[in-house]
Amino acid sequence: MADDVLFEFLHMEIVSYVEQSAKKDEKDRLVAKLEQMGYRVGQSVVERLTKDTPRFSSELDIIKFICKDFWSSILKKQVDNLRTNHLGVYVLQDNKFRFLVQLSASKQYLEAAPKYLAFTCGLVRGALANVGLNCIVTAEVSNMPACKFQIMIQRS
Amino acid sequence: MSRQGGRSADPRKVSQELFTLTYGSLVSQLVKDYESDEEVNKQLDKMGYNIGIRLVEDFLARSGERRCNDFRETADIIAKSGFKMFLGITPTVANWSAAGDEFSLIFDNNPLTDFVELPEEHSQLNYSNILCGVIRGALETVQMDVNVRFVQDLLKGDNQTELKVKFIKRLEDAVPAGEE
Repeated sequence: MADDVLFEFLHMEIVSYVEQSAKKDEKDRLVAKLEQMGYRVGQSVVERLTKDTPRFSSELDIIKFICKDFWSSILKKQVDNLRTNHLGVYVLQDNKFRFLVQLSASKQYLEAAPKYLAFTCGLVRGALANVGLNCIVTAEVSNMPACKFQIMIQRS
Repeated sequence: MSRQGGRSADPRKVSQELFTLTYGSLVSQLVKDYESDEEVNKQLDKMGYNIGIRLVEDFLARSGERRCNDFRETADIIAKSGFKMFLGITPTVANWSAAGDEFSLIFDNNPLTDFVELPEEHSQLNYSNILCGVIRGALETVQMDVNVRFVQDLLKGDNQTELKVKFIKRLEDAVPAGEE
């Protein structure tokens, strides 16, 4: 079993590596690149998580799975609050986000925070894509270490 | 109807796989970003080093290990305590040099490579090279300058995965990492 600390360090190194390499081209590639890395991991992880489970019965069922099982296996806790407009937009609030707790909980690093959420956005998008929901996932931080993930389901 | 608990996926196993897969996504990103395998190895080593210098503090705090009397003791602690704590594996310490300044860590299994096959065109890639960096960084923090390298790798068709750790010198009055 790999230790949790190791994963957190690895995540930090990935963020800092991508940030350094992004300086060469453009800054806005940073979040997209991290998101893309997360997407691929999310796709594989969700396959393992849902291997022996019954089929999901509804969209809400899938979102609940993300909030509980997915979140607790990956971010070591459940989502604290889930809101929806019942039109395909879900907002997941995590009051103590795993990758933000190591940062100072002041306004000082607020600008640096989004890059620590991008990988997770990708994880969630990848996971949802593989259980049949195409979506856009974005995240925002207003008050460290709490953050909100917004999932917008894309219906075609 | 909402689904009830009783999910069979073991959360610890998922953590392990998440780690392995995330590491994989990093390596594949590096392979895309750099032209040569050598550069990728170097970058992995560097990232490992950054992890190692911080990881060792976590290790010392949690394991309660004391100062080592000699390099042999250091080797045992790395293998039996360090690797056990962070990766859940215990590599074998072997192949001591006559001078007692170099040993090998032999891995029967390596969680980093669980889902990995190395394509032929990347024969120079040391997939798990991050481990070299971690050991180097960790030992540097406890004032030992070492050289760590892969000499055999299961991924490359060798019979076992072997890492060589060579003691170079003791660092006196080392400047704390990151404050040069």
